[in-house]
Formats: sequence, C-alpha cells, structure tokens
Amino acid sequence: MLRRFSALFVVALATSVSLYSQGNLLINGAGATFPNPIYSKWFDDYHKANANIQINYQPVGSGAGIKQVTEGTVDFGGSDGPMNDEQMKAYQDKHGSPILHFPTVLGAAVPTYNIPGVSQTLNFTPEALAGIFLGRVTKWNDPLIASANKGVNLPAKDIVVVHRSDGSGTTYIWTDYLSKVSDDWKNKVGKGTSINWPVGLGGKGSEGVTGLVKQTPNSMAYVELTYAAQNNIPFGAVKNSAGSFVKADLASVTAAAANSSKDMPADFRVSITNGPGKTAYPISSFTWLLIPSKFSDAAKRDALKTFIKWALKDGQNSVEALSYGKLPKEVAAKELKALDQVQ
Amino acid sequence: MAATSTTVHGAGPIAGSRSFIDRVRDGDEIARLVTFVFAGVTVLITLLLVIELWTGSAASRHKFGLNFFFTRVWDPNSGDFGALPFIYGTLVTSAIALAIAVPLGIGAAIFLAELAPARVSDTLQFFIDLLAAVPSVIYGVLGVFIFIPLMREYIQPALSNTLGFIPLFSGPAYGIGFLTAGIVLAIMVIPYIISVSREVLLSVPRDQREAALALGSTRWESTWKVVVPFARTGIMGSIFLALARALGETMAVTMVIGNTPNISASLFSPGYSIAAVIANEFTEATGDLYLQALIELGLVLFLLTFILNGLARILIVATSQRGGGGH
Amino acid sequence: MSAGNARLRWRKLVSGFMLAMTGVCALVAVAALFFILGYLVYHGGTSINWNFFTKLPAPVGETGGGMANAIVGSAKLLLLATVIGVPIGFLGAIYLAEFSTGPIAFVVRYAADLLNGVPSIVIGIFAYAVVVLPFKHFSTLAGGFALGIMMIPITLRSTEDFMRAVPNTLREGAMALGASKWRTIATVIVPAAYRGILTAVLLAFARVAGETAPLLFTSFGNHFWSPGWNQPIESLPHMVYIYAISPYEDWQRQAWAAGLVLLGLILIINILARTILARGVSVPRS
Repeated sequence: MLRRFSALFVVALATSVSLYSQGNLLINGAGATFPNPIYSKWFDDYHKANANIQINYQPVGSGAGIKQVTEGTVDFGGSDGPMNDEQMKAYQDKHGSPILHFPTVLGAAVPTYNIPGVSQTLNFTPEALAGIFLGRVTKWNDPLIASANKGVNLPAKDIVVVHRSDGSGTTYIWTDYLSKVSDDWKNKVGKGTSINWPVGLGGKGSEGVTGLVKQTPNSMAYVELTYAAQNNIPFGAVKNSAGSFVKADLASVTAAAANSSKDMPADFRVSITNGPGKTAYPISSFTWLLIPSKFSDAAKRDALKTFIKWALKDGQNSVEALSYGKLPKEVAAKELKALDQVQ
Repeated sequence: MAATSTTVHGAGPIAGSRSFIDRVRDGDEIARLVTFVFAGVTVLITLLLVIELWTGSAASRHKFGLNFFFTRVWDPNSGDFGALPFIYGTLVTSAIALAIAVPLGIGAAIFLAELAPARVSDTLQFFIDLLAAVPSVIYGVLGVFIFIPLMREYIQPALSNTLGFIPLFSGPAYGIGFLTAGIVLAIMVIPYIISVSREVLLSVPRDQREAALALGSTRWESTWKVVVPFARTGIMGSIFLALARALGETMAVTMVIGNTPNISASLFSPGYSIAAVIANEFTEATGDLYLQALIELGLVLFLLTFILNGLARILIVATSQRGGGGH
Repeated sequence: MSAGNARLRWRKLVSGFMLAMTGVCALVAVAALFFILGYLVYHGGTSINWNFFTKLPAPVGETGGGMANAIVGSAKLLLLATVIGVPIGFLGAIYLAEFSTGPIAFVVRYAADLLNGVPSIVIGIFAYAVVVLPFKHFSTLAGGFALGIMMIPITLRSTEDFMRAVPNTLREGAMALGASKWRTIATVIVPAAYRGILTAVLLAFARVAGETAPLLFTSFGNHFWSPGWNQPIESLPHMVYIYAISPYEDWQRQAWAAGLVLLGLILIINILARTILARGVSVPRS
C-alpha cells in the first residue's frame, strides 16, 4: 500500500517536473531590494506576456547581486551601488569580458521614522542626518532636529537607528550622500554597500528594515521611497544643496536626474546625490541591472536583451504607480544603443 | 554440498571460518564491499567538509592569525575582519540560554524521572521530544511577532525599572537583542537537557535512593543530595549537548538579535552571532578575504561544536556505564 | 525533641516545595509546545486558504499570492535529500552492524557523530563550495545535497542500533539453513529491524524538513516553478523566513500559514514515527 503510493507520488513528481521544463526558459538574477517592487511587477508582467520566459529575481541585496553575478551563479545582477573599479576588474579577470551597467529606474532613499504621536513630515538637515547616523544625535528632541521642525512636539526619547545588515545599494546611496555632505562621515565611515555602522540595529533587506521600523517605536531608517509609501510609514524631507527642504516624490526625483543625461558616462555609472536644482531631492539615485557582455547561452542573452528593451520602453509606464521615476529619455536612448555590446 | 557450509559461525560482524571463495560465490564479498563503500562515503564527506573549511579559510587565517579572535572591528570596506563581536554574541546568548534552560531542564527531568508515574513521565517526554522537533525558523517567527513586542513592551521595561542600575540591564529597550535571543534559545535547548538528564537519572540504581531514604532523608534530599550527584556527569553531558545546539542555531537568532556586531555589557543591546553573520553575509562577500573570513568563522563554530559534542558524549557514556554497574 | 521535630517539619516542607517546583518546571517545558502550536493555529489557521496551496507568489505589495511552488519545492528537495541520505546511511549501517571490525567501525561512527553535530549553516557553506561553485548554479541539487548529508548520521546510527538489537538467534537460524550473509541481512535481519529503520528515516526526514540555513546559499529561491534539478528552487522554510521579516501584512499572514503547515507536517511525521516504534519493536531486545 505504502509502496504503491510512493511509486505513484514519484511518477507524479517526475511528470510534473518534466512538464514544466518543456520549452520554458528560466533566467536567474539576484541583487538589490531597492527596485524589487518594480522588478517583481515587471518580471510578472513580462512573464504574462511571454509565457515561456521566466525571470527569477531574488532580492538578496546589491552586495550579493554583485558577488553572485561575478561568480557566475546567476545570469544577471541588480545593484543601486554601481560596481567600483576593483569589482569590475575582478569580474573582467574572471570572465575575460567586462560587465555592463544598465540603469532601469530612478528611485530615492528616504529617511523614515516611527515616532508615536508624530505624524507630520519632519525636516532633516544634512547635519542632523549625519549626526543621527554617527550616533552623535541621540534623542529626537535634539536641537539639530528640533530647529528645523518648529512646532512639532518631538519626544525626549532615544532614536533607534535601523540600518541594513546585508550588503546594500540603498546603503551605498545613503552613505554616498552622507560622505558628500559631512566630512566627519567621510573620514570616519565612508561609503559602500557594507560599512562599519557606528550605531543602530540591522535589518535584512529593505523589507527587513521597513518591518523593523514599523514595529519599533522611536526608530528611524533609510529605505527606498516605495517601501515607505506602500507601508504607510511617514518619511521626512531633506534639505538639498540649494537650501530647500524637499520631500521625495516623482517630481523631485526626476528633477535630481535632470542634469544627468548630459554628463552620463558611457558605462552609465553615475552618482546623482546632492545634485544641483532647487526642487531636486538630494538622495536620489539610478538603479542598475548588471549584465554580462558575453553570454554563452544565446537564448538567455536574446531573452534578456528583449526584456531590457521592453523595460526601457513599455516597462517605464508602470514605474510611476510604484513611486519610481522614469528614466530620462536621452538616457534610455543611450542604453538601447549600448545593448549592442551584449554578445 | 553438505561439506562446505556446515560450520555455524558466530553472527555479527566477525567473519566466520568460511573460505573466501565461498563468500564470493554467495555474494557476501560484494555485499561487504558495497556497504563498505557507503560507510566510506560517510567518512569521506566528513573529511571533505573539514578540508573545505580549512582550505577555504586559508588566506584569512594567514593574514589575521590569532588576532582574528581578539579584534573587534568587522569592516568589509577596509578589509579588516575580527571575530570578537560574533564570538561574544554567540557566547552571551548561549550563556543566557543555559542560565534559563539548565535549572528548568534539570527540574523537569527530576520530576519526570523521580516523581511522575511511568505513564505520565512517558507522555510528557513524548511532548518534550516534539518540542525538540520544532524547526528554528518557526521559533524565529514567534520571536519576531510575539517575543520582540513582549520584551519591548513589558519585560525589558520591568527589568529596567527594577534592576536597571546593573549594567546588564541598562540601555534602551528595543525588544531585539542578546536577551531576547537568549530566551528563544533557552526554549530551543531545554528538550535536550530534559531528555538526556531524565535518562541518566532513570539509570541511577534504585539502591542509592533507598539507602538515602532508609537513613531518614526526605524525598527531595535523597533526590538532590544523592541521586543527582550520582548522575552528575551525565547531566553535565546534557548541558554540553544543549550548548552545542545553542551555538549553532542560525535562523531564530538572526531574526531576533539585531544583526549588529556590537560588544556591550548590556543584555538589551543588539548583537550578532557567528551563525547569524554567516547567514547574512555569505552570499554577498565580495573579494576573497571577506569570504575566507566568513569561512574561518564557520571553522571556529565547527571546532567549538565538535569539542562540546565530543565532551558530551564522553560524559554521558561515562555516567551510564557507572549507573549500569550498580553497587 | 521539639527542636528535632521542627527541623523535620521544615525539611519536609522544603521537600514538598522543591518537588512541586520540579513539577512546575516540567509543566513550563511542555506548555511551551502548546503555546507554539496555539499561536501558529491561531494566526496561521485563518490565513490558510485555497490560494495558499495553488497560487504562485504575487509581486511585492500585491495580495492573493500563494506558496504552491514552495510546497512543491520543499517536496522535491526532501525527495532528493532522502534519495541521497538514506541509502548512504542505511547501507553504511549494514556495514557497521554486520561486516565491520573494531577500528573501521569506530572511524565510521565517529565521522557520523561528527557530521551530526555540524551546525546546519556550516553544512550550507560546504554544499556551496562543493555543488554550487563547480556547477555555477544555485540548484535543487545543491539544496538536496545539503539536506541529504544531514540525514546520513541519523539514519546510520539508528539503523545500526536497530540491526544490532536483532537477536543473534535469528542470524544463526538463517545461517544454519544455508543462507549467505547478505541474504540473511536482506530477508531476515532488515525486515526484523524494519520498524526501527523506518522510524529513523522518518525522524531524519522531519529534522531536515524544517531546515532553512543550509538552503540560503544552495537552493537560493525561485518565484516560479523550478524545472529539473539544476535551477534555483523555493522552499517552505525559506518563504517563512522571507515573509516573516517583511513589512507587508499579507506576507506576514502567509508566513504564519506556512509555519503552521510546516510545523504540522513535522509534528505529524514525528508522531507517526514514534507510534510505529511504540506499536511494537517487532523483535524483543536481547
């Protein structure tokens, strides 16, 4: 009886396995959690339109994305911290051909907080942000915060700083900004996907950090705009280089990228934090897909190229609903040309 | 054919007096070879694992040497890796776990072995065995949704108000941290202490108890002053076993400890453990040194559990031999 | 003598109190199990619906997704683990119980015990180095391999114990009838010990069914169905982990549901295994 059942089970399993491998192309990617909401929508929509192409993207953090695409265990990566020269050289040495960066959407890292009793939008100056994350500003009613938020009843409670425990492009964007606005930060900590945090709790992925902030009173973290928006947690405005407090939204993020198309380098690795512009949100960034320039599997290469073309055109129509900014048209055009480099 | 196989040889592993040809013809040599190969595969896999851990951490071991164990800094950016925060976190959470689980566990084992009637004892042991089967990630889920708010809203403030002057209980109450991880670990390891201690206590010969009672001791005195000391080494063994389990726990710990390489006297502080940092950072360790440092941490964990498990086994075996001997 | 009586009363009081405390300890330990089950049933029970079992995960932030691929994924991984771990453990145990002599047996047992004590995250590192890197793929194979080697020690030691418990009279009887050694093992000893062996396999299975850590860098995760054995695959424990630490309420509810399904499965297997064993060790221990 048991034997018959197990035999049946094995046959059913084997059949189901073989059924699903008929004609389906599975492409594996890994990387940033920053764009995961839009990527998961894109890959789902794309799969609905092209039933035999499945793009499996695992949001394990930009650090892991860079590492695994370099190891070759995934077909492409995702990162909001562009690979540095050392990492690009490591890839080149291992594979004999370079890795290419393709910006996909514009996003923003926002300061979110969970202060019982405070639902207003707080204003954060660069000094306040650097002080908080350096561990120098420890209470919510510290003058550095209070002076920019007159009229708000800030409690005399300890700030619970939350940061990423995994290697993160969002961390890169945040620390890139802090390094530009605070010499102290630049010298003490620096920028990167994985840094030595002076204070705070670690959450895994943007999801983990958002989850922690939601649950922990008097906490503060940096996450991608979508996560704060989707989960209805308040986030603050940041003072930009022109001196105005700007909250992240489609307009301010797009404004931050306004000048980038002119200065866009050929490999698309650019930082747009703390840029010029009165209405620009200072902690904005592109996020990139890391695509190998040489594919041994032609089917995968073609499928990915077609996907990217779709993402740069049709895909852009769904980004704004999820609070991401569209790519500037010139940048998208440059990318379409650059796709030819993928062999 | 009666001449060849008439010798009834001893059963078991010792090959009898049959000739080699006979054994081959009957297929026994093939059976022996095949099963030997599979037994050998077990040894091979274990050997390979140790080799992989050793060679995979070579660069890190050479670069940092013994300083690895005493350096506080863990900075992937600058290539500075020190294991101290993780060793500290692992030891602290395990210590908390034992501090809670050992008294509770031994108490429960005493009840099950000495007081409860056999049916009750077996039924309760059955439930405790089921508790041991609950996977780590389930404890993690309970930790995230039940324990952390409980700690943050009630337990930590209560401790802070009463014992807050002690450095152990100072600092803000996040809900997350060493104490929470230690408490979750305590629940996870208590079944090991209970089942092994119970067995060990049950194997203490009756005459020990009876002698004590005959001399006029109360039930508790005979248990605590005679039976338990007799089983002392076995109970120690169960503690080592529990400790080995606690050291290697990954999922439940990483979900409640805060994932911050912190060394702090306060139990309320967030921290990190060896297993948790490997789980979080392994897939993203860019650069050889980073990965090797993590593998070296894995090697450290392996050695710790290896030693503890070995000691546990020796102690438990020693007790059961002693108990079985009788007086 | 009143001082002596008072002292005796005190000692009896202490005795009664301490023994009652041990009862409390036992109660607390057992209560933990019921609390765990209770919470899971309460939070997860309401979230188990048809979608959970039949749908694939929905994009981030959208509701209505399920864990169909994770359930099948776990099944595939566990099947592979059993296929890898059980034969090695079982046949190795036969060698130990029936063929081997002192030193070799010692080495094999020692290795098995060593393997048993290795933390599962370290097994994950090993599987990554030995399967993922050479094949350049996260895969079902790597995950199944990691879980499989965790099954080996439990299967091996238990099978050996149960085979040794089979009394020699059975062996001698078979030999006297002219059976060769392997035939004796196959037709007499193993069937006699079969309950215990089955129990061991079930317990090993239940142990690895809930493992997450070794899957983190071997099977990796997959939003879709996983074809064949060489692609990343999703699993129930992994989904529980990812969803539980996320901020989305829909995901959190699914995490509870998955936790309930997982724990339910593990507990049922454990209860089954122990009942099989209790029902009758088919051969009395000698």
